[in-house]
Amino acid sequence: MTAPLVDISSISHRFGQHTVLKDVSLQIEPGSYTILLGPSGSGKTTLLSILGGFVTPSEGKVFIRGEDCTSVPPAKRPTTTVFQDYALFPHMSVGSNVGFGLRMQGVDGATRAAKARDALALVGLAAAFDKKPHQLSGGQRQRVALARALVIEPAVLLLDEPLGALDLKLRRQMQDELKAIQKRVGTAFIHVTHDQEEAMALADHCVVMNDGRIEDEGPPERVYHRPATRFSATFMGESTILAGTVTETKDRTSTVATPVGPVSLPGALPVGAAVVLAIRPEHLVLGEARGGVRLGTAGVSDVVFQGSFKRVLAVSVEDPSLHFIARLPATATVRPGDTVAVSCDTDQIILLTD
Amino acid sequence: MRKVVRIASWLYALAVYAFIFLPVVVLVLFSLQATSFPIPPFTGPSLRWYDAVLSDTRLTSALVNSLLVASISSLAAVTLGFLCAWGFARFVLPGSGLLRGLITLPLTVSYLIIGMGLLVLFNWAGVPKSLLAAGIGHVVINLPLCFAIIYSQMGNHQINIERAARDLGAPEWKVLLLITVPVMAPAIFAGFFLSMTFSWDEFVISFLLTRFGTTLPVEIWNLLRSGLNPKTNAVGSLVFAVSIVLVVLFELTLLRRRKA
Amino acid sequence: MSSSANKGRALPRAGSALPRAALPWALVTPALGWTLLFFVLPFIAMGFSSLTAHEGGAFTASNYSQFFTNPSYWQAMVNSLQVTAIVTVISVLLAYPFAWILAEQVPERWQRLALMLAVLPFWTSYVVRSYSWLLVLAQNGVVNRALTSSGLFAEPVQLANTRFATVTGFVHFFVMLLTLTIFANLKQLSPSYRKAAADLGAGPVRTFLHVVLPLTLPGIMVGAFLTFVLCIGDYITPQILGGNNELLMPQLVMMQIGRRGDFPLASALSIILMAVVTIAYLACARWLKIERA
Repeated sequence: MTAPLVDISSISHRFGQHTVLKDVSLQIEPGSYTILLGPSGSGKTTLLSILGGFVTPSEGKVFIRGEDCTSVPPAKRPTTTVFQDYALFPHMSVGSNVGFGLRMQGVDGATRAAKARDALALVGLAAAFDKKPHQLSGGQRQRVALARALVIEPAVLLLDEPLGALDLKLRRQMQDELKAIQKRVGTAFIHVTHDQEEAMALADHCVVMNDGRIEDEGPPERVYHRPATRFSATFMGESTILAGTVTETKDRTSTVATPVGPVSLPGALPVGAAVVLAIRPEHLVLGEARGGVRLGTAGVSDVVFQGSFKRVLAVSVEDPSLHFIARLPATATVRPGDTVAVSCDTDQIILLTD
Repeated sequence: MRKVVRIASWLYALAVYAFIFLPVVVLVLFSLQATSFPIPPFTGPSLRWYDAVLSDTRLTSALVNSLLVASISSLAAVTLGFLCAWGFARFVLPGSGLLRGLITLPLTVSYLIIGMGLLVLFNWAGVPKSLLAAGIGHVVINLPLCFAIIYSQMGNHQINIERAARDLGAPEWKVLLLITVPVMAPAIFAGFFLSMTFSWDEFVISFLLTRFGTTLPVEIWNLLRSGLNPKTNAVGSLVFAVSIVLVVLFELTLLRRRKA
Repeated sequence: MSSSANKGRALPRAGSALPRAALPWALVTPALGWTLLFFVLPFIAMGFSSLTAHEGGAFTASNYSQFFTNPSYWQAMVNSLQVTAIVTVISVLLAYPFAWILAEQVPERWQRLALMLAVLPFWTSYVVRSYSWLLVLAQNGVVNRALTSSGLFAEPVQLANTRFATVTGFVHFFVMLLTLTIFANLKQLSPSYRKAAADLGAGPVRTFLHVVLPLTLPGIMVGAFLTFVLCIGDYITPQILGGNNELLMPQLVMMQIGRRGDFPLASALSIILMAVVTIAYLACARWLKIERA
């Protein structure tokens, strides 16, 4: 097994009294696209700052290519950061911006210009070489910032909410381009965002963070279909959350008592244990009880038309504190006020660890 | 009703403009007086008093002194102010709020008192009255101004720009020369320009701290002792003209910056 | 931590990977040193000086007690406060409508020019500006010539070397200064306030009284305070225009130095003058804070 490109080992960080990172460990593979996903205050930006060398962690170490970089200044480590506000130098042309890192390395003017042109071509902005940053649109500035960071060929590119300042349409478009550029250059990208759609679209490896900890990490498909914790089940996509107690274990099948009746799960669980179950919206069946697991009846409180599907909110009749979130085809005829039976398949029920 | 307000507004504005320009017009008009008293009736136009000013070596050397003191003291004030603003904006220093308060404190104290204090100190320390002493005083009054202007313009965005430069491998002195100074240039320029005009116009500190070779405002003051004199009008008009040229240049630079 | 990342983004300043202790202090020390050496130290020297006798240099509080016992010194302070109060009030009353007209009645594209013209004489030399008023107000100056030739007055009126002249010179300067600050204040007001008030049924007069005026009041206070500070410490205007008929505090201070070389008394008077400004500042600061709360 080869050593990981980046090895974050037991990092904790405090700003004064406030602990923003709590014993975080993470490995990044070469050539991967890693997304740090989490809400405001989850510590993801601080983790990125620690990787970039702008913050020295209170505890723990950062290894990049096997070297201890924990207190190496930003310039001396093989990372480059793309800032959220792009931080383009307003008084320099686009070409000089992109060539700045090479200039600092003492590369001569002609080589610099050539490489800067190549980098701009890579991001599709070859024509902007002589322009000033303020003459460009938000999306174009974003690309210049990317070219400026990539031209010095870092081992790891750090992106701090790179699409945060763009409007929705442009953001989706830039997403595709980012992914394509990353595949082309093969550099490891570490990208911070709070947008779960962005995370699913871009990541090879998705790291869900909350309250200074890593809640879950893995390929986005895995994180979506089998979230490890209640937080990742509700932050990365929506879920209906069902709490219950294990009442019986037999033949590697456990029965869990829930407010809406017994639910069978594969696997042997200790009897008496409290468990939390999650069901993704697309797996809930409303109306005729087709699924293998009956989840009682519910009163539909809201139906939101979302184009290709309908998002249905319903309240359990058996337990009014239980809220179902379901996704039905756009052709579904369910209406607010209807009372419907709720069910799902056994293998679509996710057992969470907390 | 709207029309009444409009007409009243115009009349009022014209009256205030008249009040504001009355002394300047009288000053310039009677600087062209042909006879020896700058009072009606107007006997000009004649340039004889301008001729008298330009051949008066006391006045011309005072003019040179003023320019010298203004430019050197402003350069010192803007340099010290910039470095200090940079330090406070970029680093968390213990007691930062208090120290920044100390730096800007001279802004709230009148020039007379700053001049008095320096006079007492220099008198006690045996420092002779000189242009240098006056220049030191001018740095004291302009340093807080430059600091405040530049500090207020150093936002988080500027901080990220510097971090980006460092991240791309720029050593600290290159960040300063290639990034911070050019990006902050408008604020630095504004600080320098304001310092120049304040120093150029400053009277009481120069009056207290210089003796023989002195600055233009003090020399004009000396002229005033001989009463009303078209020569004073002429030198006053010249000073006014220089100030206007500076202001117009300043406006044009700002305008060009905004367009660029 | 997206756009709310300012919290996380501003904090790392402290830990920028740089020589941690030396550089920041190297940056701020020159300015701090200058301020300590040429502002704080002179002030201490002045404090010591004010407590010594002019003859012999013995320790004494007589310089301060003189101020309270000598009625002519008292009178200078009273004069100063009176003139400053009159100047501040007249300047605000003249400048506010003027700034309002520039901001509201003058078409947008002429405003910059109109404002620049309104403060143009601001840039003449301080000494020259006062001298110009002397020309205007002199016994045989422009104003008196106009008054006598129009037949309103048979004899020229004494205008120069009076309190009237001092106040006129001051008002001229501060109208320009206040026009600048009040104009900036009015322009900063979002037009939606006015639209909202009109939308809710307020006429132009009520909109002005209940919305525009209260919102610009803090700015006026700042301008008025600036006027107070600059006015009470100024020597030139009263000396040139008011003459020695009635003394203001700065004139009294300069007189101790010029005529008698009495540094201790001049120091004591300066400190008293500064104490008055400080008291005014504290009163004003508290008032402004209440406004904001």
